[in-house]
Amino acid sequence: MAVMKVHGNPLSTATQRVLACLYEKDVEFQFVNVDMAAGEHKSENFLSHNPFGQVPAFEEGDLKLFESRAITQYIAHEYSDKGTQLLLPGSNKTMAVLHLWKEVESHQFDPPSAKLIYELRFKRFVGMTPDSAVVDEHEAKLAKVLDVYEARLAQSKYLAGDHFTLADLHHLPNVEFFKRSSVKKLFESRPHVAAWVDDITARPSWIKVLDLQKQKV
Amino acid sequence: MATPVKVHGPPLSTAVSRVLACLIEKDVPFQLIPVNMAKGEHKSPDFLKIQPFGQVPAFQDEAISLFESRAICRYVCEKYAEKGNKGLYGTNPLAKASIDQWVEAEGQSFNPPSSVLVFQLAFAPRMKLKQDESLISQNETKLEKVLEVYEKRLGESRFLAGDEFSLADLSHLPNAHYLVTATDRGEMFTSKKNVGRWWGEISSRDSWKKVVDMQKQST
Repeated sequence: MAVMKVHGNPLSTATQRVLACLYEKDVEFQFVNVDMAAGEHKSENFLSHNPFGQVPAFEEGDLKLFESRAITQYIAHEYSDKGTQLLLPGSNKTMAVLHLWKEVESHQFDPPSAKLIYELRFKRFVGMTPDSAVVDEHEAKLAKVLDVYEARLAQSKYLAGDHFTLADLHHLPNVEFFKRSSVKKLFESRPHVAAWVDDITARPSWIKVLDLQKQKV
Repeated sequence: MATPVKVHGPPLSTAVSRVLACLIEKDVPFQLIPVNMAKGEHKSPDFLKIQPFGQVPAFQDEAISLFESRAICRYVCEKYAEKGNKGLYGTNPLAKASIDQWVEAEGQSFNPPSSVLVFQLAFAPRMKLKQDESLISQNETKLEKVLEVYEKRLGESRFLAGDEFSLADLSHLPNAHYLVTATDRGEMFTSKKNVGRWWGEISSRDSWKKVVDMQKQST
């Protein structure tokens, strides 16, 4: 079988999402660093991997994929019998519940999270001042989403069911940042969400992703 | 005969129409249950039980209650794999991966700017709300960049994920339909050779025409 390659950057949340999945599945892969500071993600060569000029991109033999959540879905399915079971393959019903919570992460959790990370992490990184009105607005949105999560996690150990799946994994890059930022107050005040964050961010596969980040910086 | 599945929400909602298009492509009988959003029904305690974010659509069949239109579409395609358009979500893992990729691209790159434009240009005037010119301008620029990527892709491939119409193309129908038919920004699609050709093909599918009829009848 052809070796899997991930083209990305260890600081990119989307790249981290795919790396976490690969570590959970305990499969061999090659990491190809994309020098974003040098604009490599907009080069002709990279655009042939991801026409949107974003990281990550993925290859396995002739298969080329982009969009982190499509990549993780492919890996989790293709390597279903290796490492951690990240899907709920029992029935159409259990798979549907998994798809539902993956969509919730994508369309409810990620948008306000991405805006907050832009203000609080990216802007600081490049020496700009965060806009406190924008931060307040998106914290309020995220708080409403976390209320739904709090209710869900009071009845379900993980988002899609009783074991850790892609639905939980997809949150790792953003919740890791929030744990260390002023946004953590939104998590700490919701006990089931707080316990879930502590649980998923302590997973050995996630620690490996954080280690990779430290090495490459 | 199985009980029809239930879809809660108005057909004019882009996310509801995404699910309706999928059900019609898959030839799955359904019952459309109105939700009076003008009266805030989508925020009522009863509705929040089936959709905790207070949005439409919500979906039920005899096995399950679901929300998030793209999750509902995937469920319908998987559960009713042998019905209607069998290739809608691919018939092998590689085809499925390509479709998933373009459904993600729709959700992450196409949907955000196109949703804002649909709201600002098609809905806000009807709701007598003030339009935000700077939001319109920013999102036009973003959408234009996305459509440039699509123009290149659709020059190499008949449909987004491959040679056949799939869930990836279907996912784009609701927002693109409003932009092309209910705003003056339609030429973002129609003036591009490949995107224009693709739009013509996907919007003339029988399933989409039926959804548009349902939208018209509901007004």
